[in-house]
Amino acid sequence: MTTNTSPYIPNTDADREAMLAAIGVKSFEDLVQDVPAEHRFPDLDIRQSLSEFDLTAEIAALASRNATPGEYACFLGGGAYRHYIPSVVKSVVARGEFLTSYTPYQPEVAQGTLQVGFEFQSMICEITDMEVANAGMYDGPTAFAEGALMACRVTRRQKIAILDTVEPRNIEILDAYSRHQGIEIVLIGHDGDIPDDASCLMFQSPNQFGGIEDMAALADKAHAVGALAVASVNPTSLGMFRSPGECDVDIVAAEGQALGVPLSYGGPYVGLFACKDAHKRQMPGRIIGRTTDTKGRIGYALTLQTREQHIRRERATSNICTSTALIGLLMTTYLAVIGKEGFRKVAELCYHKAHYAASQIAKLSGYTVKSDGPFFHEFLVECPQSPADINRALLDRKIIGGHDLSDRSPNGMLICVTETNTRDEIDALVEALSNIGQPSAGNGGK
Amino acid sequence: MSTPFPGEIDRRLLNERSVSGRIGLQVQELDVPEQPLPDAGLLRSEPAKLPEVSQPEVVRYFTTLSTMNFSIDTNFYPLGSCTMKYNPKVNEEMAFLPGMAGIHPNQPDETVQGALQLIWELQEDLGEITGLPGVCLGPLAGAQGEYSGLMVARAYFQERGETGRTVALMPDSAHGTNPASAAMAGLEVVTVPSDSQGNVDVDALKGLVDGRTCVFMLTLPSTLGLFETNILEITKIVHDAGGLVYADGANLNALLGIVKLGDLGFDIAHSNLHKTFSTPHGGGGPGSGPVLVSESLAPYLPTPVVTRDGDAYHLGSPDKTVGRVNGFHGSFGVLVRAYAYVRAMGADGLREVSENAIINANYIRTALSDEFGIAADRVCMHECVLSPQAQKAKGTSALDISKRLIDYGIHPPTMYFPLIVPEALMVEPTETETKDTLDRFIAVMRQIGKEIYSDPDLLHNAPHDTPNTRLDEANAARNPYLRWQPDEDLSAAD
Repeated sequence: MTTNTSPYIPNTDADREAMLAAIGVKSFEDLVQDVPAEHRFPDLDIRQSLSEFDLTAEIAALASRNATPGEYACFLGGGAYRHYIPSVVKSVVARGEFLTSYTPYQPEVAQGTLQVGFEFQSMICEITDMEVANAGMYDGPTAFAEGALMACRVTRRQKIAILDTVEPRNIEILDAYSRHQGIEIVLIGHDGDIPDDASCLMFQSPNQFGGIEDMAALADKAHAVGALAVASVNPTSLGMFRSPGECDVDIVAAEGQALGVPLSYGGPYVGLFACKDAHKRQMPGRIIGRTTDTKGRIGYALTLQTREQHIRRERATSNICTSTALIGLLMTTYLAVIGKEGFRKVAELCYHKAHYAASQIAKLSGYTVKSDGPFFHEFLVECPQSPADINRALLDRKIIGGHDLSDRSPNGMLICVTETNTRDEIDALVEALSNIGQPSAGNGGK
Repeated sequence: MSTPFPGEIDRRLLNERSVSGRIGLQVQELDVPEQPLPDAGLLRSEPAKLPEVSQPEVVRYFTTLSTMNFSIDTNFYPLGSCTMKYNPKVNEEMAFLPGMAGIHPNQPDETVQGALQLIWELQEDLGEITGLPGVCLGPLAGAQGEYSGLMVARAYFQERGETGRTVALMPDSAHGTNPASAAMAGLEVVTVPSDSQGNVDVDALKGLVDGRTCVFMLTLPSTLGLFETNILEITKIVHDAGGLVYADGANLNALLGIVKLGDLGFDIAHSNLHKTFSTPHGGGGPGSGPVLVSESLAPYLPTPVVTRDGDAYHLGSPDKTVGRVNGFHGSFGVLVRAYAYVRAMGADGLREVSENAIINANYIRTALSDEFGIAADRVCMHECVLSPQAQKAKGTSALDISKRLIDYGIHPPTMYFPLIVPEALMVEPTETETKDTLDRFIAVMRQIGKEIYSDPDLLHNAPHDTPNTRLDEANAARNPYLRWQPDEDLSAAD
């Protein structure tokens, strides 16, 4: 009797023999005769299997070669943010019933996922003050791009105006998403005119330099030419700052990562997507609706599915086939735990700590805080030498410095401070910068 | 609230449980001096109406909701084309190691060498498994992998000056994302019929390829669970016409160590890590849909890909990249899980995966095809498509059978897909189920087969014991109710 080699595959040799006999074939090979013989059973140059013990050791060794925020003080932002994730969030997401279920095509056996999705949509509407939201997208930037494509459908116009303070990465994604659809992208400055045949004006607040945009004025500017206002917002900032709904924005996208989702080197995250009720049938993605069952009880189901690829195929509003539900669950649980008060408090902690850090850095010789308008938890600093050099020096002091923006602002560093950065960390950063910034530190003035 | 009755689950939404003053988390105090606030005009006029609930309530609420799901951890889940295999627990633990889950995507390369090495190794492994050595792990789901692959094809032809190649051919059995992605890539969708054996109709294909052909998108095995008998002829026909062949890798679970897509003539593919490579579906994502291409197409891959230079790893951008399709470097947490899976299986284990998936599917096919009908009566790969038309004639549909399976604790197969099979029930058992489970499934199906004649209403009214009976989905679409509204109360509906 041979022992199975994989703990994930239950069939024993005896099982296989019995099953092959029931199928009516002699060997497994008889089942794959349609596969061209000359290409059948290729050798795979893949390393041999590892025991669970060896596997965990190998991956732990890889993990140990990463400098990990937490061990290091970290001041990176620029689209992903380190926030405290309550223990409850991690505990809920580990539930196998959430983790190992599929898209809720069979609503009677997916009410857990569906009700969470309905909560998710409701919470997005509450924090953005928008009328409807979908059940989630891949990530913030792709949701933003889909928002612009939706504006093209709604207005039947093929031009997208985008404010030049939007994160360049978001513009790259928009380009990739729109390039084959005959859509023109026009970059405009704050003083620039929006083309009168634009489908929308896209803007981001806080913007790529951390600055808060006047969303109401930008929305007015879009509406003046019959275009929609499409905003990307930081959801944490909405604990304090004016919401896109209050500013008459038409379509809102946001990166949901900041709300309870691990940084995880950039993914998986979840894109938040909300809009005015009038446009809901042009939304991309999954949408969950409340309805009743045959006994009159409340229940939830996927709805407005005729927009989607599995029904509408090449005429769908998007090719997206996921709602990133599990990450949506993380966000929903996070907002449930921190609640109304916590949502405000976390935003305020970020705001005050970031402004404290900015005020301290502004006092250092050689460093200039370039953000002159209002900002939330990120601000641009012009450093006395290249941010890459400064960051290398910071790393020796167990600090992961700010995001290097020298490609778009001379010696620019975007520093982000959240509620996870203690005063000690901030003071240590300021102290380190003051030392590194001095000419005596070496390669200054580069 | 209305009067509760025995067995009733408290379904109230969080906002309906909210009590002013309750908190679910004690947030730390501010440890720096308070800073001046900006103009009041920039600030929120009133706080967001998030719920106020205590921590024990949050835990009980979400835990109770979880129990209303079927899942792989709790049920047999033979949902065709979705590869609902066991998701190893150790992979979750690995993805949540602080050195993996805690790292920031904007960290300099030299501070994330472990992460970059993991990505590079997985790129190499997927290239080896599929025989398509150009790999970008960035796409966040299968559909995004498809779109990326199609952008690669378009960029390739553009550079060659063949801008007139604007047609995407695909069989009538294709997944809905194929035509949707093709439309997004500016391609005209032309459908190729299938023959009576479930294969691509080769003569029809010959008549459809021409100088306008950009790609032929083919799922292998097909969505009927069948291996294309004429696959080498098909890829040659498309290549002879100057087109590229795209493999939808949704069904790659049938091919590990059985055959490499590149050897068959495929130029581009995507793979769904959340299917073949055991990463959890999470109730509908996150997924991961790496795009894989032949060596000559590798320069067009999306950015970033990871390159190796001696012992150092870097995020890189291919020379002629089609650009960026998402925010950062892909679903890294999903990649950690897939890497752990490949390392746990090894080359031999991967082949065992496909062998057992194929044996299990054929075992079910053999046991049930006589009674329930089958789309194509031949050996299948990792899934089989039943077609209970005789039962439909008796007044019970594939939907009724599906809902009745729920009463037996089994998740329904994929229903009504592929579109070319009447009353389709697509059953994919996967390799991680025991023979006992398959035997029970077969017994249940036979039992249901009897009920169709003895008591059809058992099917029509199924499921019976779930938190909800059948839902009025037509009403949900006609009168969309998409968010909690403060003036509504759940009890109002009883």
